[in-house]
Amino acid sequence: MDNLGELYQELILDHARKPRNFRLVEHYNRLARGDNPLCGDKITITLILDGDLIQDVGFQGSGCAISTAAASTMTEAIKGKSLSEARAIFDQFHAIATGASTETQGLPPKLHAFTGVSGYPMRVKCATLPWHTLNNALAAKEEVASTE
Amino acid sequence: MTQFSIAEIESIRAEFPALHQEVHGRPLVYLDSAATALKPQGVIDAVTQVYARDCGNIHRAVHALSERATQSFEGARTKVRQFLGAAEDAEIIFVRGTTEGLNLVAESWARNNLSDGDEILITGLEHHSNIVPWQIAAQKTGAVLKVVPVTDSGEVTLAAFQAALSTRTRLVSMAHVSNTLGTVLPVKPFTELAHQAGAVVVIDGAQAVAHLPVDVRAIGCDFYAFSAHKLYGPTGTGVLYGKRSLLEKMPPYQSGGDMIRSVTFEKTTYNELPWKFEAGTADIAGVVGLGAAIDFMQRFSFEALAQRDQELLSYGTEALSSLKGVRLIGTASEKVSVLSFVMEGIHPHDIGTIADSVGVAIRTGHHCTQPLMERFGLAATARASLGIYTRREDLDALIVAVRKAQEMFHG
Repeated sequence: MDNLGELYQELILDHARKPRNFRLVEHYNRLARGDNPLCGDKITITLILDGDLIQDVGFQGSGCAISTAAASTMTEAIKGKSLSEARAIFDQFHAIATGASTETQGLPPKLHAFTGVSGYPMRVKCATLPWHTLNNALAAKEEVASTE
Repeated sequence: MTQFSIAEIESIRAEFPALHQEVHGRPLVYLDSAATALKPQGVIDAVTQVYARDCGNIHRAVHALSERATQSFEGARTKVRQFLGAAEDAEIIFVRGTTEGLNLVAESWARNNLSDGDEILITGLEHHSNIVPWQIAAQKTGAVLKVVPVTDSGEVTLAAFQAALSTRTRLVSMAHVSNTLGTVLPVKPFTELAHQAGAVVVIDGAQAVAHLPVDVRAIGCDFYAFSAHKLYGPTGTGVLYGKRSLLEKMPPYQSGGDMIRSVTFEKTTYNELPWKFEAGTADIAGVVGLGAAIDFMQRFSFEALAQRDQELLSYGTEALSSLKGVRLIGTASEKVSVLSFVMEGIHPHDIGTIADSVGVAIRTGHHCTQPLMERFGLAATARASLGIYTRREDLDALIVAVRKAQEMFHG
């Protein structure tokens, strides 16, 4: 149960139950899709990139608690950030989710909840799907992201 | 004697070493037998014996090891023939599994017998391995792939099946039992109808062989494929049964050693059935292990197994249905012990992880049946599938896991 509690931290359950920025961003200028068909996780991210600034970001789709909470916390963490700031957050998040690093200093506090994911190798792909989808949106890549 | 006593169940369980381990500090509750069944000691010993003692290649040498290996291998073929009720050993072809069996028919029969406008008929509940080979055969031959729809309870009705048949139907391929829903298809009447329409009938028996007695001649089908590992046997080995009259006319599926009679650089004469379809050195240990799995199964009567299966199925069905927010997917009147379900507000993947945390192994996902999932408007389900070693307590443990998921997510 202790381990399970590290994966399903209260913050993650809260974001899974009540995802934030769960919407299509009006007048978006970037859109990217992510799909993990084996899990059944699907996500669409829309955002407004104003020069270097992520002015607004939202997501829609359906997925497990981990992918939904990862998407929800991600939108909160990167809204108002510059491209380079968002990419730095991506890199640090990716490192803690995959277990490559435990360094959370500098990472938006809500994202610290995902350190428990690295203990569940089968679930890492759930947490990273929204972020890879975001990367495609920022890079204006049309391909559908997948972490399976 | 049709009832299993608790002592008998415990003695059956004692034969499965994999059952006796802890997962995350809890005793393992294995409810994923439809993905792969655990192996009894007899199967493990038979496989070990091939490598530790009878380690010769088959059909080759005159030395003792080769002879023993050949005898065990061909002995397993006879066991499979009896198990399926086939007429002769030559109709039993060893393949890697159900998937390869279906691909063999698609490649060797369908590609050579279908032409533009012919129809291949499958049902809406098929596993991807009984969809994709026919899609490819259709693309290559100009044939059309047609699908019999599935009802809300997960059945395929005789009326729907009959309506989908046409004078152009040349091949029908269907599951005997649905891996996702547990539905048992009425393969005998379907086969009769298909034959009246002039079609060849292929049955995917992967999920049936561990639950139902199979008699290919009583069913009347032309081909029947299954995998050893879902019958408590080794992975990587399976069987394709085919009627001699059809197999004889079919070209080899793969070529190489074992499948030839004589080779010169100008001309090759193929071997007789079944070896014509068994190119290269087979999974000898796997086949011998399959023989041991059949020996294991034949200690029990299918009537007794079926009765127990149905008791556990009703017990699990009632327990899951009584929980608020849990919905069973697949409620056919004829089904085996497969319990697919979804929960309100909880993704199947989360159910799977939470169940695993208390030692309960279930499968989550689309179960390689994406079109069926789409039919039910779902991306995934959680699925508990039972085996010969399953007890009521195992289903109780599943219910505890489901409740735990509800507490975590709904408080």
